[in-house]
Amino acid sequence: MLAHLVFWGLAVVAVLAGVAVFVVNSMARASYSLALSFIAVGLQVLLLQQLYVGVLVILMMVMEMAIMAVYMNMFMGMNPAMMSMNMVHGARHALPVSVGVFLLLAAGALFAPWPSRRGSPPADVTAALGTELMGPKMLTMATVGVVMAATIVSGVVLAAHRTRYDRLGDDLRRPRAADPQPGGVSR
Amino acid sequence: MTVRTVLLVAAALISVGLYGALSQQVVVMVMMGLELMLNGLILAVAGLWWFCAPDPSGQVLLLVILAAMTVEMAMGFAVATSLHRIRRSDLTDTAADLSG
Repeated sequence: MLAHLVFWGLAVVAVLAGVAVFVVNSMARASYSLALSFIAVGLQVLLLQQLYVGVLVILMMVMEMAIMAVYMNMFMGMNPAMMSMNMVHGARHALPVSVGVFLLLAAGALFAPWPSRRGSPPADVTAALGTELMGPKMLTMATVGVVMAATIVSGVVLAAHRTRYDRLGDDLRRPRAADPQPGGVSR
Repeated sequence: MTVRTVLLVAAALISVGLYGALSQQVVVMVMMGLELMLNGLILAVAGLWWFCAPDPSGQVLLLVILAAMTVEMAMGFAVATSLHRIRRSDLTDTAADLSG
């Protein structure tokens, strides 16, 4: 009974915080609302006995939203402070589409003949996940690792201000570096 | 707490995120909408895992979703930074040529 009450309380917090992301007047508030929604979902995942994933969601998303809040205060041309903002387009179509998607998904959730539980959860869910990742699902782990490494490289290339490719061309063969301020050692 | 109620909450999160992803003009706010949709997806997968087939391989799928969220966020920030640098703008309307 207590678990049900906690689940519904967290569900209300998760959804309302999600709505608040697009309603509040400041982007900093929006990112912390999203963090709150993630924390609520992370706690619900904990209620569903997935300890590792639940804690991971909470830790990862709190850090991510903190970075996002700093990022928005640094870069966003609009108001990161407490001034009003209404930066939407096509809201007239977006609202009915999202309501329609909710009704469709809700109908599926409520009326689909969901199967009864097959098997039982392992005694130590986290240890079982680790064994799975380091054993039969090693390919998944290896692929995710490569994707993460590619993401780091791509992110740096996109976000860097001026790299050697900007200065010396894509093949690095430009005889003179294209610098905004001439000088330095010639090549 | 049943599989139906968990999926219902997940559907609400996905729909709210979809509204944000469709309606927002600022690139980072669009990313927030996408994150909210993935948030709902995490809950849905966690619920299906627990109520339908609680074997360890299902949790691996959750980790893949988390990895997808990380990639989306990192690349989104990088693209938004690049946009801001080159065009002094953070609006999706000024980056329509990136739609592919």
